[in-house]
Amino acid sequence: MARLNVNPTRMEMRTLKARLKTAVRGHKLLKDKSDETVRRFMEFVRLNRKLRKETETEVTAALKSFLTASAANSPEIIAEAVSVPVRSVKLTSEISNIMSVRVPKITVEEGEEKEMYPYSFATVTSDLDVSVKKLGEVLVKLIRLAEVEKTCDMLADEIEKTRRRVNALEYVLIPDYEETIKYISMKLDENERANTIRLMKVKSMLEKG
Amino acid sequence: MPNDKVAAIGDKDTVFAFRALGVDAFGVTDADAADTIKKVAGEYSVIFVTEDVAEKQAELIARYKSRPYPALIPIPTAFGSSGFGMAGIDRNVEKALGTNPGEGD
Repeated sequence: MARLNVNPTRMEMRTLKARLKTAVRGHKLLKDKSDETVRRFMEFVRLNRKLRKETETEVTAALKSFLTASAANSPEIIAEAVSVPVRSVKLTSEISNIMSVRVPKITVEEGEEKEMYPYSFATVTSDLDVSVKKLGEVLVKLIRLAEVEKTCDMLADEIEKTRRRVNALEYVLIPDYEETIKYISMKLDENERANTIRLMKVKSMLEKG
Repeated sequence: MPNDKVAAIGDKDTVFAFRALGVDAFGVTDADAADTIKKVAGEYSVIFVTEDVAEKQAELIARYKSRPYPALIPIPTAFGSSGFGMAGIDRNVEKALGTNPGEGD
C-alpha cells in the first residue's frame, strides 16, 4: 500500500493516529449497517419473489382474456366499454425509512364496492368480464408488488454503496494510515539512535583530545 | 411529488384492460415508448410497464431506480412472462450480495 506523503514528525503521527481511530470506528459502523441492511433486504427479496410469482400468472390470465375479448369485438366497442371506469384506484404514497434509505410506502385506499363493470353486458363478450374481474382482484397485490420491488431496488443500491465504502476503508484507508504511522515511528526511532551515536562519538572525541 | 395515481404502459391491446379499473392506460409503440415513459414518470406514483416494453427501455427505466417515486414495475404480457421481472429480482440480489445464491427459499 502506498504510504501517505507526510513529514515524519511527532505531530503528524498524532494526527494520523486520531484519523486511524476514526476510520476503524467508521468501518465497524458501516459494516454493521451493511449487515443489517442485507438482512432486511433478504426479507424483502423473498416477499418480492413470492408476490411476483403469484401475480404473474394471474395478470397473464387476465390479459389473455382481454385479448380474446378484443378479438371478438371491434376495437371501438372495447375502447368505449372501458373508457369510463366506475371505480378508481386511489393510493396514498408516502415515504418510509428503512436503514436510512428512503423507500416508498404505498397504501391503497379501498373505494366503496361499486359496480365493477363499467359497461353494458349486451355489447361485449364475457371474456371482458373475466378479464376485468381477475385484474380487479390482482390489482391490490400488484400495487403491493410495486412497493416491495421498489424497496428491493433501492436497498440493493444502498447495500452496494455501503459495501464500497466498507471496502475502501478496510483495504485502502486503514492500511495506508497504519503503514504511514509505522513509517513515522521508525523514522523517529532512527533519528533518536542517530542522535545517541552522535553524542557518544562527540564524547569519545573530547576524551581523546 | 407523485400524485397517488396508477398508470399502465404497454401494447395497446393489453393495457387497455387496466382502464376498466380506473388505472390510466397508455398504449405505446416502440417509437414513442421512451417519450411516454418520461412523460408519465413525472406524474404517477406507480407505473406498470409490460415486459416487452420494459426490456427495450431498460436503460431509461434504470434511471428512475434511485428515487422512491415513481415505481416502474414490469408486468407480464398476455403471452405470459418472459422472465424479465424475475430476472430483475435476481439482478438486485446479485448487486447486493455480490453473488446470487439462487432460489434459496
